Amino acid sequence: MSHFPGLFNYWIVIFLMMAGFYVVISQGNLVKKIIGLSLFQASAFILYISEANVDGGHVPILEEGITLYSNPLPHVLILTAIVVSVSTTAVGLALIVRIKETYGTVEEDELQEIDNAQDEADTPDQKQQIAEEKEI
Amino acid sequence: MSLSLHLPVLVILLPLMASPLCILIDRARASWLITLIASLLSFYCSVLLLQQVQITGTISYELGGWQPPWGIEYRIDLLSAFMLILVTGLATLVLLFARYSVEQEISKLRIVPFYATLLLAIAGLTGICVSGDVFNVFVFLEISSIASYTLISMGRDRRALNAAFKYLVMGTIGATFILIGIGFLYMHTGTLNMQDLAGRLPALYDNRTIRAGFAFITVGIGLKLALFPLHLWLPNAYTYAPSVVSALLAATATKVAVYMLLRFLLNIFSLDFSLDAMPLDLILIALGSTAIISASLVAIFQVNLKRLLAYSSVAQLGYIALAIGLANHSGLTAAMLHIFNHALMKGALFLSLGAMVYKLGDAELHSSQGLIRHMPLTSVSILVGGLSLIGIPGTAGFISKWYMIQATLELGLWPLALIILAGSVLAVIYIWKIVESIFFQSPPSTVAVHEAPVSMIVPMAILAAANIYFGLNTHLTVDLADSASTLLVMGGGQ
Repeated sequence: MSHFPGLFNYWIVIFLMMAGFYVVISQGNLVKKIIGLSLFQASAFILYISEANVDGGHVPILEEGITLYSNPLPHVLILTAIVVSVSTTAVGLALIVRIKETYGTVEEDELQEIDNAQDEADTPDQKQQIAEEKEI
Repeated sequence: MSLSLHLPVLVILLPLMASPLCILIDRARASWLITLIASLLSFYCSVLLLQQVQITGTISYELGGWQPPWGIEYRIDLLSAFMLILVTGLATLVLLFARYSVEQEISKLRIVPFYATLLLAIAGLTGICVSGDVFNVFVFLEISSIASYTLISMGRDRRALNAAFKYLVMGTIGATFILIGIGFLYMHTGTLNMQDLAGRLPALYDNRTIRAGFAFITVGIGLKLALFPLHLWLPNAYTYAPSVVSALLAATATKVAVYMLLRFLLNIFSLDFSLDAMPLDLILIALGSTAIISASLVAIFQVNLKRLLAYSSVAQLGYIALAIGLANHSGLTAAMLHIFNHALMKGALFLSLGAMVYKLGDAELHSSQGLIRHMPLTSVSILVGGLSLIGIPGTAGFISKWYMIQATLELGLWPLALIILAGSVLAVIYIWKIVESIFFQSPPSTVAVHEAPVSMIVPMAILAAANIYFGLNTHLTVDLADSASTLLVMGGGQ
């Protein structure tokens, strides 16, 4: 099993994990970050499913004459993890929609600039001014 | 068939079931009441559970009647019961406080979903404390985390959205790390039950997969716990979240992550492996010390009080990490005491700030000038929380720091004792900044406000009084923490 082809699944897992992680870190666009995050999570799913494989094992459906089955438990676990992943993605995208509505951008560096400007504006003397601007 | 047999699951079911109920009824006032009652009942169940555990020892509950290790087991030992009381008790107090604060800070349309999400967060947090199955812990962790992302994003300031998004990205990376780690453990042991894992892992301690799994889980929990270099999501999230959410999360969410860390390090793995064979003790001590000093220094320069307290939270979590890193019995006792006491002080402080935001509109340092004239009770509660944060004798904060220093001296590590003291000195500086502004500055002439409503004062006063009570009468907390850490040190969760 320790040859390269035998561990093919795990190489895919590592590749997907690193690719997803890299996208989360390097991309400034929030939507791309969420895509990276999904990719990162998907790699964990493949890890579980690969684990469940038993050499020569049959699909885990009870049938006459078959004694060796693949392990069904990780599949079930991963169904739960997929639900978690989908809901995280949904919440993330919903947040992005609201960020777009209130900030008018989904680029991380621009968001940071706007936030920084607002942080500075929160100092006492300019407070009044900001309050007036908001009313307009 | 008495109901008391089902307490372990009732603690979680009450908030979980109340959540859709809120949405169905769809009335703001009613959903507040439902949330309050659900968390109060859940608190009552936790108190009963603690009594049961103290009499009969660890309780094992078979979910759905399936025997462990095949079925999911809920396992409640002293530490779980302790954490349950902390989470549900603080949730109840925060909810008592919540009514007016939420009505003011959250737009009318969102109040009902807000309470429904809050209940989900509480259900997730309690679930982590009772579950005896590692995958189940992951699921509950994500229930509470996703609920917290949503809750934080409901803050009034638009920066809350950005903060929530950052928390979501980092939190999800942490959760996936934990998932991968659990996968590695399952790969070699073929079990997810904590008891089973604890039994099968020792034979595999030299296995590289198990070690990788251990590393993944520790880093993942570190992200959720806001351990020093992984804390970047925390300050903004606490600053811009609605006051009620800041109070609840600061008091409970990170504490539950610490609980998870203790469970994984000491029960599933053993003390000898995680803090001796692996270099984690050194890492925790180093990161903890850095957190204490650097986060306290940053806190000194903050002008927004919520952000100041958020940085101080990072420092306090540093104390807890350091105490765990000491890897001896008194260190763990100190860590558990600080989990409890820090929840009390941050609860009191964040609730007081919530009252201040309710009356003054923000929690900036300059708005707090002369607060004592308008809101004496709130000011006193901030003072008591602050003193406890510093660790003045007679407050709860003193007790945990005292035990922590004792634990360092037991090992002859006096430089660490100095770091703990230095952290307290830095705390004096940032708390003094607040106290000076509240008590000794004259209020701006334009402001004319009165004390917050009674429903806000009462929970604040209870928490402030608890800070003093647990500082003077230490029997309850110290005994509990002491026996819980004895259980942990023995390992295996027997």
